[in-house]
Amino acid sequence: VCCLRHATPAPRDRFASVDTHAHSPLRSMRLRTYVTYFLQLEAEMEEYGAGDLLSEAMCAGARVVVVEDCVEAPAAFVLHLLLKRALAAGGGGGGGAALLALAQPFSHYDRVLRKMGCNLSMHRKSERLHFFDLQGFPGGTQGGAIADSLAQLYSAVQRVVETCRAGENAGRFTVMIDDVSLLEVAANGSADDVLDFLHYCVTLTSEMNCSLVVLIHEDIYSSEDGVGLLAHLRYIADLVIKAAPLSTGLATDVHGQLSVVNKGMLIEQRPAKGQKVWSFHFKVKENGADFFYPGSRH
Amino acid sequence: MAVEGSLQCCPLAARAMLHVAAAVASNAAAGKAQARGLVVVAFDRSPEVYLDIMLRHGLDSNALSRCVRILDCYSDPLGWKQNIRSEQHQEDSGTPCSTNKDTITIFRSVKDVDKLSCSIIDLGRGFEGEGKTYFSVAVDSISSMLRHASVQSISGLLSNLRSHDQISSIFWLMHSDLHETKFSRAFECLSTMVACVEPEVVDSVYGEERRGDMSFLEHNYSKAKFHVRLKRRNGRVKHLYEELCVEGYDVKFISATSVSIEVNQSLLPKVQFNLELSEKERSDRANVVLPFEHQGKGEPIRIYDGRRSLPEAHQDPNLTTAALLDETEALKSANPKGEIHYLRDSDDERPDSDEDPDDDLDI
Repeated sequence: VCCLRHATPAPRDRFASVDTHAHSPLRSMRLRTYVTYFLQLEAEMEEYGAGDLLSEAMCAGARVVVVEDCVEAPAAFVLHLLLKRALAAGGGGGGGAALLALAQPFSHYDRVLRKMGCNLSMHRKSERLHFFDLQGFPGGTQGGAIADSLAQLYSAVQRVVETCRAGENAGRFTVMIDDVSLLEVAANGSADDVLDFLHYCVTLTSEMNCSLVVLIHEDIYSSEDGVGLLAHLRYIADLVIKAAPLSTGLATDVHGQLSVVNKGMLIEQRPAKGQKVWSFHFKVKENGADFFYPGSRH
Repeated sequence: MAVEGSLQCCPLAARAMLHVAAAVASNAAAGKAQARGLVVVAFDRSPEVYLDIMLRHGLDSNALSRCVRILDCYSDPLGWKQNIRSEQHQEDSGTPCSTNKDTITIFRSVKDVDKLSCSIIDLGRGFEGEGKTYFSVAVDSISSMLRHASVQSISGLLSNLRSHDQISSIFWLMHSDLHETKFSRAFECLSTMVACVEPEVVDSVYGEERRGDMSFLEHNYSKAKFHVRLKRRNGRVKHLYEELCVEGYDVKFISATSVSIEVNQSLLPKVQFNLELSEKERSDRANVVLPFEHQGKGEPIRIYDGRRSLPEAHQDPNLTTAALLDETEALKSANPKGEIHYLRDSDDERPDSDEDPDDDLDI
């Protein structure tokens, strides 16, 4: 029953060939198709830990996730959701996260995630969450020492990932950066140093069963002449989640649209449904976010 | 060879590059190529990815260890990890996978282009073989190299590798979106062959205000156009068009039948008068009987030497052909003092063939 309420009416592209006029033989066929769909969804819910469109669109094997947003459609909520899922993953053991926070202090994330049902303070105490408060990064060093500060930051992150892996939990670890644009500012605009740091984080994903999620503000780079951080990030990403405002303007029910592009090349990075590009609307709530196809909101 | 891709189809350009690398490696392993082995300079991907792709391409692990060497500039390009280990006084654990110790060599100073060049050549010299052993080099990718060193030093590196007498071929991947056009062109000039992976559906406003509609990417991430420009030694440029299809681990190249661009036409100079032939003119040209050509109709060949009398011309039914009446009939009955037998090499050889016989000359 819960699944049925979530998905009516069915998205058009999934049931394109089914007659929408409910003649009785077709209605039973439609019912059967619904039932199989929901059984599949239920199976996926167990697999991904959540039953919404975002988890469907994100394939499990994606290692480098880049979240793009802009002023009109901020995507910090995506980070919060992914953080909650990273900490909840694996049930008893397994799963852990490192959050490199340049945008907000710990209290902010604690407050937000508490409303979503996730206790960050508890996770921090039990060392499942490693919080790096980088609001003052790099803290006084200047010039060529930026590269050194970033190298030290990387060394701290690597140590955290290694300790987590060495422990009894061997689940998927998530390194989250909020956000890369601020990191570039902290590095005095040196995109090369930031890219080097990100490259090393990417090597962690292939060597240590870890995923990397970064947030970047796309509208900062739109008017740039040269090639900025954004283009490079789009190349290294396996998965790009882009939040954009609706072309029709502001609305109370719909806060924006989300595009999810699966770029991954390897077989385990294929999304479950085979479709690589997903596009749907979202609404941010106090305790999470709703994802739905355009026009299916009532 | 330069393999170029752009953001709209970047996974396919990378797959094409991996496919070429695997193909070169398997040719080297099978002894079909001049090169005995392949050196992969890996910046963008973990060495395991290359080994995996090559194993899927049909190389066994024995052939891999014999014919493939990977210079790993991905795991620790700036030496940060080594610094961490030395600070923690840990043993150098080397490569993660111990069975691949010979195949993978970690390189830690990507900003030093000379050292990189020496490492590539050293790895290449390590291939076994009698006499002079050649090897190929694959660079994945030049765009990442350009983040650490200047354009001049990288093009210097490529030129040095090109002129090295043991290197039979070099190919590299370049992302045209990440550089200014002049740098991409500079690297294209260095290469004899440029393979562009172009998106099937071109969205000119991608990345700008066209927010939300990315459905074209679905198509662009599975199919792309593969356009190869080959520069021959005599300066002529040959174009090849194919379609690139990626399904899972398979990369397929399908020759594009719908592309009917006449390459010869593009070689004609653009002037204000028409230099091309119409269909009628083409068929007339095909009907022209060339002098000295044996027609085999049973009639004696008559060579026109410019002197013919009017009445004979009126009676002659083959007025349009080059085999006109001989002036002196007496010569017909006499034994011909000399004959010319012309045998064409092949009947379907087009006069403006692309194959230049001078291409075999190695001056």
